[in-house]
Amino acid sequence: MEHIVIIGNGISGITAARHIRKQSDRRITVISSESDHFFSRTALMYVYMGHMKWDHLKPYEDWFWEKNRIQLKNAYVSQVQPEINQLTFSSGEIMLYDKLIIATGSSYNKFGWKGQDLDGVQGMVTKQDLELLEENTKNCRRAVIVGGGLIGSELAEMLSTRKIPVTFLVRETSFWNGVLPPGESEIINNHIREHHIDLRLSSNLKEILSDENGRVKGVIVEETGEEIACDLVGLTAGVSPNISFLKDSGIELDKGVKVNRSLQTNYENIYAIGDCAEQHEGIGDRKSVEAVWYTGRMMGEVVAQTICGNPMKYNPGHWFNSAKFFDIEYQTYGWVFPEPRDGEAHFHWQHEDGQKCITINYQEESRKFVGINTFGIRMRHETFDTWLTEERSVDYVIENLKQANFDPEFYDTYEAEIQQSFNKHQPVAQ
Amino acid sequence: MENNMSLTGDVSTSLSISQKLAVFLGMAGLFILTLASFNINFPNRTLWLYTTLAAIGIGVIWFAQATYANKTEGIKNDHIWFKSITNGGVLGWIAGLVLTGFYIVLYFYPEYLGLNAEGENTGIIAFFDPLSKLLSGNPASQWFVYGTLYTIAILSFGIKFIWKYRHNKYERLRTFSVMFFQLSFAFLIPEFMQRLNSDNFSLPYYDLKNIWPLNYYNFEQYRVDSMINAGDIGIAMLLFGIASIFIITPILTYKYGKRWYCSWVCGCGGLAETAGDPFRQLSDKSQSAWKIERWVVHSVVVFVVLMTTAVIYSYLGEDGKYWLNRTSFLIGVAVLLTSVFALVMIFKRNEFQKDAKFGAIGYLAIILSLIGFHFLSGEGKVFLFEAEALRSTYGVLIGAIFSGVIGTGFYPVFGNRVWCRFGCPMAAILGFQQRLFSRFRITTNGGSASLAEIVLRIARWG
Repeated sequence: MEHIVIIGNGISGITAARHIRKQSDRRITVISSESDHFFSRTALMYVYMGHMKWDHLKPYEDWFWEKNRIQLKNAYVSQVQPEINQLTFSSGEIMLYDKLIIATGSSYNKFGWKGQDLDGVQGMVTKQDLELLEENTKNCRRAVIVGGGLIGSELAEMLSTRKIPVTFLVRETSFWNGVLPPGESEIINNHIREHHIDLRLSSNLKEILSDENGRVKGVIVEETGEEIACDLVGLTAGVSPNISFLKDSGIELDKGVKVNRSLQTNYENIYAIGDCAEQHEGIGDRKSVEAVWYTGRMMGEVVAQTICGNPMKYNPGHWFNSAKFFDIEYQTYGWVFPEPRDGEAHFHWQHEDGQKCITINYQEESRKFVGINTFGIRMRHETFDTWLTEERSVDYVIENLKQANFDPEFYDTYEAEIQQSFNKHQPVAQ
Repeated sequence: MENNMSLTGDVSTSLSISQKLAVFLGMAGLFILTLASFNINFPNRTLWLYTTLAAIGIGVIWFAQATYANKTEGIKNDHIWFKSITNGGVLGWIAGLVLTGFYIVLYFYPEYLGLNAEGENTGIIAFFDPLSKLLSGNPASQWFVYGTLYTIAILSFGIKFIWKYRHNKYERLRTFSVMFFQLSFAFLIPEFMQRLNSDNFSLPYYDLKNIWPLNYYNFEQYRVDSMINAGDIGIAMLLFGIASIFIITPILTYKYGKRWYCSWVCGCGGLAETAGDPFRQLSDKSQSAWKIERWVVHSVVVFVVLMTTAVIYSYLGEDGKYWLNRTSFLIGVAVLLTSVFALVMIFKRNEFQKDAKFGAIGYLAIILSLIGFHFLSGEGKVFLFEAEALRSTYGVLIGAIFSGVIGTGFYPVFGNRVWCRFGCPMAAILGFQQRLFSRFRITTNGGSASLAEIVLRIARWG
């Protein structure tokens, strides 16, 4: 019986395993050195905040795996030998495979800062990071977070629930403004500060200072030279594919594991999916490496189809994403860039409470709708996906915005106000 | 249910001064109630009673204010799994045992609360006399004490809930709604209706929003007789009770989903979503719990249908005052069940695939029992049991132990919707109606399912 081995039990690897099992009787082994069972990584923060217990993160009860004959192995793969279809574990044990799926995810970036390996310096990606954070924040008087993105903001929220003062060093001039347009970025700046986080914009980390025991005691800010005393440094300046163990394997690597649209590496029987996979070329406007939960899931489905004899190309469709910055929910459908690209324009509406806004990106000439960001108002994914496929105009989208509203019943609605504002700012082209 | 004041979803590790004072105030109120049940004689009882009730209510509201007023709007679940009271820890167990003890005394040993069959009540029941006399003109009973505390719990914890969920307008309105229905329909109106009663006119105590089968005793002989004897208004109430389950419920469920009842109107749901809110995360989500739920709740439905049929059957035909006779009643029930079963099998077979087994077994059980009623009933007996025995068994097992002792007493252990999920026949029937023809389901927003897990962990049932 063909043996399919999956390295990594995150959303990508587990989706692949489940779908292969649905369609075939092949022998499946999932290897992870992180956790015995699949868990929902996006909810890790809620364990630290006391909203959930560890067991609640497991979407499937523990009996599920045996019942579905998905073999789980808690081990670390230190070497892959594609020529002989063999894995070697850190214990020295070996395992043979017929097909291999690499789904090892990513780990947090360290950019060579002095002191980045001290005790008390950590990221927030894995189960081990969560356990370490619990340990590192036992008597924490102040934490410094380096890197302003989603994980940085989540870590700040986590620490604030434990009443730990946080200084948040963000390289950009405004929070996440490499992704968000200025108005939105400003809302998040304010919202972060509202939660008593000491947000420092345009601030880079110069170095991390050590005490006599090799433990962090503070950081120095590049721009000002200021020394900030702290007991924890959170490194949240992005993530990179987890591929160091493949270095000399002969599998083609760049930033991640290079794959074609069938998610196949340079070896026919080896695939890579999820955060660690790198497309030869980005699909549409997407990046070639996407560390996003749902693309991992999609890739898992695609690879399962291919392996089970229905070759399929990975086609992630229109870009979308969602997140939450403290209390403000954020969604994006299609593409909205911080500055409109050539030939594109932004329409921005903001509610007076400073907690809700939308930005619509469209082509000026054709008035084609390109994408929308929303903060504090929930929109329906399916509706926007359809509108993007149908290449609707910005006017159509504004006109029909109500259809896309996904807020709970009785919520105040803002469509009329948005339409008014749009009409005022958009004189009808003659 | 007011004796756990520190049970909010979001307090810092140490309480603020306001929170401590609020706890003190609420606990003082409970302490006085406890003293009252030991027959301490309070001078000026009226003043003591109102002060005590106010202390409990204000204590809860003050605590909520101190907890949430200075926080930003948004979800407040910080530390719920760290705190002993809300994570099923030792404080949770103690609270559960205290509440359970209260329910056991209330249902089975009301004499310890001061109920006196021979003469005047004493203890905590007598302590509530001033309020009862004010409302209905009668002395208090143990049920009046319970109803008052229940109402105060829904009102005060309702305000707390509104504070906690103030970012969510749906939840605010919903909570106003349950507070309104508890205060008016469940508490004040039935009390005022007692004032209408005289020697030759008497209406049963009737909470109009409490629908059969939740209100399993609604069609018992003494109630039906008293409604029939009360003339037009009584008949109207009787018809309303029948229409509630057969006409009003299906229409509203079709339009709004079963939540119109379970989370906007029902008193059990009302308590669960106010006083029970801090325990919502404790409910068991395992697949085995879900399987048990379906067997248990459907069995309760079969039980309540049979029990009610037997009870009505037993008094029909005794004399000429009912226009329905035993045979036509049984045939009516059989025809109704058969047509519902047949319609589902014909039109909604696919939706109910997995539940067809439950439906078929339940249906078969009821029909066989009906046939049994008809052929095996003798003097004063229905089938092989006394209808009265069936009724009192249901009352003790389901009405008291399941819905009260386990359903509410064990909030801090099993979560706040145990009764609603596992035991409530009304919820099962509404759920059936909803799946049959309503468009409402729990849903996620397309691919961005990162919050879906959390939704299912903490979402309301119903």
